[in-house]
Amino acid sequence: MLWLLIPISLGLGIVGLATFFWSLRAGQYEDLDGAAERILFDDDEGPTQL
Amino acid sequence: MNRHGEDLLLASRPLANGLRQTSLTVPGISCGGCIAKIERTLAALPAVGHARVNLSTKRVTVHWRPADGPPPLHEALAALGYEAHLHEDGEERPDATLAALIRALAVAGFAAMNIMGLSVSIWSGAAAETRDLFHWISAAIALPALAYCGRIFFASAWRSLRRGQTNMDVPISIGVLLAFGMSLYDTLHHQPHAYFDASISLLFFLLIGRTLDHMMRERARTAVKGLGRLAAFGAMVVGEDGAAVYTPTGEIVPGMTILLAAGERVPVDATVLAGVSDLDCALMTGESAPVAAAAGAVLRAGTLNLTGPLTIRADAAADESFLAEMVRLMEAAESGRSGYRRIADRASRLYAPVVHSAALLSFLGWMAATGDVHRAITIAVAVLIITCPCALGLAVPMVQVVAAQRLYGRGIMMKDGSALERLSEIDTVLFDKTGTLTLGKPILRAQAIDPDHLAIAAALGARSRHPYSRALAAMHGPGTAPAFEAIGEQPGLGMEGVADGAVWRLGRDEWALGHALPDAEAGTVLARDGRFVAAFRFDDDVRPGAREALAALRAAGLALEVVSGDRAASVGRLAAGLGIPAMQAAMLPGEKTAHIQALAARGHKALMVGDGLNDAPALAAAHVSMTPASAADVGRQAADFVFLRPGLDAIPFAYSVAVAARRLVRQNFALAVVYNLVALPIAIAGFVTPLVAALAMSGSSILVVANALRLRGRARGNEPAPADAAPAAPRLAMIAG
Repeated sequence: MLWLLIPISLGLGIVGLATFFWSLRAGQYEDLDGAAERILFDDDEGPTQL
Repeated sequence: MNRHGEDLLLASRPLANGLRQTSLTVPGISCGGCIAKIERTLAALPAVGHARVNLSTKRVTVHWRPADGPPPLHEALAALGYEAHLHEDGEERPDATLAALIRALAVAGFAAMNIMGLSVSIWSGAAAETRDLFHWISAAIALPALAYCGRIFFASAWRSLRRGQTNMDVPISIGVLLAFGMSLYDTLHHQPHAYFDASISLLFFLLIGRTLDHMMRERARTAVKGLGRLAAFGAMVVGEDGAAVYTPTGEIVPGMTILLAAGERVPVDATVLAGVSDLDCALMTGESAPVAAAAGAVLRAGTLNLTGPLTIRADAAADESFLAEMVRLMEAAESGRSGYRRIADRASRLYAPVVHSAALLSFLGWMAATGDVHRAITIAVAVLIITCPCALGLAVPMVQVVAAQRLYGRGIMMKDGSALERLSEIDTVLFDKTGTLTLGKPILRAQAIDPDHLAIAAALGARSRHPYSRALAAMHGPGTAPAFEAIGEQPGLGMEGVADGAVWRLGRDEWALGHALPDAEAGTVLARDGRFVAAFRFDDDVRPGAREALAALRAAGLALEVVSGDRAASVGRLAAGLGIPAMQAAMLPGEKTAHIQALAARGHKALMVGDGLNDAPALAAAHVSMTPASAADVGRQAADFVFLRPGLDAIPFAYSVAVAARRLVRQNFALAVVYNLVALPIAIAGFVTPLVAALAMSGSSILVVANALRLRGRARGNEPAPADAAPAAPRLAMIAG
């Protein structure tokens, strides 16, 4: 059982790490306050690439 | 192209797709509604590709097409009610070191957490085979993690060793590598203790400190570029044959005759041969009230010709002119500034030798006592790890990050951590007058004026660059003005317009009326067919809260002084009105710098508050400097702090935060030292197991961080009512770039 659990937990951890790196590269931490407000917008414009 | 447009073009950056990018700081952005409004309005402008608001840094980034000309961004934002300032975009490359630090931090965090999870089960009593298994897994996680995250420390330590010195990274690297090596050896020999978690946690905490410290480090910035922008690229030089040829500024020699149009900057120091105009000499005196110039007047390079064409003769080459001298003063001041050694750097000098000696001595001591090499190495490694500079590495940057956040919540942007340290050391505050103690914009004095007269004056003034005309044109009153058939500007005199057969003049009293008015105060006169209609007087309003701010600074025990380029009479009046005892007037930029150096020679450390027009070198030369956001480009670049809100209360507030921060840094250092004094004997005595090491490191780091957070809770009751929502955790983006 342990042989399965430890690799799975490490694997999940690595997936989390990779996701963090992706979000860092995609510039998602540039404007945290703004992101919090933008979800409330009503218009249908997609995200502008800047 | 108006002044704003010219600045926009120069401050913008070309992009790969042919568009240009401009960044504006808009302090008034406060909520989601602002984002939507601003983005929608700016995107609707003709030349704009798109606009994006960054709420965290209160900036707007606009991509626009150069072919359609610089868009009227300032005007569009002003129409919405937002004041905008150009942000110097050129140097902002993506910070590679910060990105590398954050990636290393993420990997170290992942590794530390997973290894710690395995270690907890070992500490809870895992049996021999399970313990060995977990040790091996920990080693497998630790090896790549150490290789990736430790690079920063190993590289720095290696660089230092190659020079024959040790820095803080040398004991860290030695400790981490020895700990890992020894743990690997122990794992192979089925020993109960392995220090994988200690070594990776050490890196994790250190990387937190390192990342925060990097965010607070001064980025290479020079305000000299901003001054350079005030230089004309070239001028129309009249040759012997009478033809005017466009000549680069660098090729102008004394004696050349130059045609200077209205709206151009004087390229080199020159004398007027012919023509009449008004000049904006703010670069020299800080005053935006124009100075009249006629034949024989001496002009300085960099001043702006406002109203009429002039023919001038060059008196000096470009690099001997006034502007070049300002640039040289700035460069000298900036190079002198970099010698300041921050508290953290001074502390780290002591660290390495002390720790190395302690580890070596304990190794030798135990070898002598027991002859057991393994035990002696274990204890030496434990000493290296337990004296880890986690607390030291976090002590200063943590406080500075929290302080920066607090300042930012009040609209004060800090350039780097050493600025905070320097601010806490001052004993004198020097103020510039125009644009700093005052708002720097002429405001129509409240007086009973017929609204129709005001509307006529506004219509006439709309076509002129003269500050008084602009102030009048900005008044939108209920009055009506007749439609003017022709409006023309008489340089140096005023505006003239014809409507309904009457000749209206707005300008100097002698010209409009034919005679001077009895009370000679600064202002303009509106006349119809030579008969007096109305007189407009202007004031330069003192900044809101100036008196209270100055009182607060005086209460804090600081000496106050006004250093201004304006005439002694007006400076004296203002200084007396605000209760500032000491003042210096009619100071040229070089004289302001000399004054600061004289103060420094007497052992005083001065805070310079100026708007950068004629005190840019002084801002760079002072021990620490602040500037309002309305200041010139140069000022915002040269100063350590920029306060976005118009009130002067930012200054005493920043000072109180700096003093509180210094106190907390000292406490943090004390905590770190006490921790080491307690931990060291425990390590030398051999009581440090991996569990103890992990607890000690985490405990000391958390203690230091918690102490730093006390800066937030201080004087919370004094925050003025609509404070910007200060975020809960320090963010990377908010440090002033």
